[in-house]
Amino acid sequence: MIPRHLILGAVVMIILALGMSFYAWQMRGGASQPETASPQPVAPPALGPSEQVTLYVAYDDGGFLRPQSARIPLPAGRQERAEELLRALLNIYLDKSSPHTLGAGSEVRDVYLVDPGLAIIDLNAAFADGHRSGVLIEELTVASLVETISANIPGITRTKILVDGKERDTLAGHLDLTNFYDVAAFSPLVLQLQSTR
Amino acid sequence: MTTTASRKTSGEFRGFLRLAVRFLLAIASVALLSGSPEEKRVSIYSTIANYSIPVAERNKLDYVGLLEGLEPLGSVSARVNGDHWRLHYNDVYAEFTANKRRARVREKDFELPANFILDGGRGLVPLAGLSNLLSRILGGPVTFTSSSRRLFVGNVAVHFTAQVSNTAPSKLTMNFTAPVNPTIATEPGKLRMTFTHDPVVAPSSPRLTFDSPLITSASFAESNGEAELVITSTVPVLASFSNNGHTITVGPPRATATATATVTQISPNVQTPPPLSPVPPPLPAPPATVATPSPSAPPHYFAVIDASHGGDERGAALSDQMVEKDVTLAFARLLRQELNGRGLLTLLVRDADTTLTPDRRATMTNAAAPAIYVCVHATSQGTGVRLYTALTASSGANAGPFLDWDTAQVPFQALSDAVATSVAAALHEKQFPVRTLIAPLRPLNNITTAAIAIEIAPPGGDIARLNSVAYQQPIAAAVASGVADARDQLQAVRK
Repeated sequence: MIPRHLILGAVVMIILALGMSFYAWQMRGGASQPETASPQPVAPPALGPSEQVTLYVAYDDGGFLRPQSARIPLPAGRQERAEELLRALLNIYLDKSSPHTLGAGSEVRDVYLVDPGLAIIDLNAAFADGHRSGVLIEELTVASLVETISANIPGITRTKILVDGKERDTLAGHLDLTNFYDVAAFSPLVLQLQSTR
Repeated sequence: MTTTASRKTSGEFRGFLRLAVRFLLAIASVALLSGSPEEKRVSIYSTIANYSIPVAERNKLDYVGLLEGLEPLGSVSARVNGDHWRLHYNDVYAEFTANKRRARVREKDFELPANFILDGGRGLVPLAGLSNLLSRILGGPVTFTSSSRRLFVGNVAVHFTAQVSNTAPSKLTMNFTAPVNPTIATEPGKLRMTFTHDPVVAPSSPRLTFDSPLITSASFAESNGEAELVITSTVPVLASFSNNGHTITVGPPRATATATATVTQISPNVQTPPPLSPVPPPLPAPPATVATPSPSAPPHYFAVIDASHGGDERGAALSDQMVEKDVTLAFARLLRQELNGRGLLTLLVRDADTTLTPDRRATMTNAAAPAIYVCVHATSQGTGVRLYTALTASSGANAGPFLDWDTAQVPFQALSDAVATSVAAALHEKQFPVRTLIAPLRPLNNITTAAIAIEIAPPGGDIARLNSVAYQQPIAAAVASGVADARDQLQAVRK
């Protein structure tokens, strides 16, 4: 004869097991749900006074990178400033008349500034998945992001690009995202991309 | 007495708890792991392309997408009209009806072994009938091995012979009727060759035994669209490729070190396996005319051309009908022809629709130790030709003879720039718009010789002409001229 407390214990365990299985199944389902891409990025909140910044804007026509002055409201914190800078850059690319179009829903999720001098740019999946594939076209995007952030946030010496918080092999099949970008090593590329020759 | 009974009950309860926890963990594991079995695939081999397509299960039967199955073989399109799905492949029309077995192919009735399924505009046919259906559509013989899901269009099967030499140490030499490029893995006492994109078929007996104390047997097996050859040995063995991929030799490693630079991956931030694996990558050996190549003899290939992308990795979709991997391969072949024509012996990293990682491409190139590596890309954006050299960080954590994998190109950067300048001049001379840039483009940074990448854009935005010989040939000729002009510089560094 099995004691009553054992039967009760068994019932409780089975209920717990089923409950946990259901929970685990729900968690897996939730994790695989793609994020709903909003057609336009959320406008940056005006957290501080407007400041003059230099955005490095890519132009597909000719394959150039050009510095462009802009006044944008910037918060006080370095990290928040970096995020707002890149969001301002993306606003240009997501405009209908953009010289270098990005896929709908492209966003910069976060920028993390890690001492000493490392900036980690976390893009969303729509940014990479919707990006056009090609060496130069991908290089223009990466150079634009890296140069804009390093030119406006002092002290950045290296950058790393993540997609949805994870390392990705390439942006869209070509440009390597597995390594850190040395800002000094990037400078000759930026000069080449600004040259009309 | 009461204490004994109480201990017994307590022991039973603990035992029960252990059982219950195991039960709970088992259920949770099943819940977490369910739905992740190995994906079923069918491999299709033909003279045009070798590829795999996924198998979907419908009504407890295996189905495949007919459009995906035909796409690599020719021009194909499909249109849905109500319950009808009309397929147009080259000059052949076929019509299928959802949930019906009867179809019309080449204006004749065709009976499928199970109902045709229309799934969100995608036409699915039962795998069991794919062989007959493709035979009707393609108008030729098609052989299907259902147990391994391998389908052969025409007479494309690759056969092989295996023989162990009597030399000391003994070596197993396998000769294939066509070039092969298997994935190779080793484990104690075994060397596995997995043929994913090669139509290698079984020898007369699936298990071969050898009269050798070192290499005892080889067994052949096929499953899920792949063939596998497992070689059993009593000592560690390596595989080396020769005769343009027709021959694989398996034997104990040579004690003597090669004179070529050794590169290993010592950077901690790269997750891929070290490129200097115990198994050398598939590389053509020196030409057969060289009877006894010594380890210190200079490498024989002057140039290695790498058609980027390939296999499952298609590269950019340049148009509805054109993918980058096909354009790069076509151009790479033309460039090889041009370089060979100038007396510069050239090797292609891939000469078929093969999937290769950047690490694999780099190890193949570094092992061949050419004077120049040229990687080929294609784009629909812009016009003319772009030349790239590696963008690398200035310092690498080199350790003695081992170079840092991520910055292995740094010592060769000046030479790469010189070749890019020479090639740019040759392209300018032929009036091609050309631009020279640096780029973080793998595997340029992993190459231990002069290394450049070429990105070809269409003429005047006319994407249709990008893959034409008429457009590619003069570019290939100009690139080859530029490389030939830098021959002295390249040879000087090799010496």
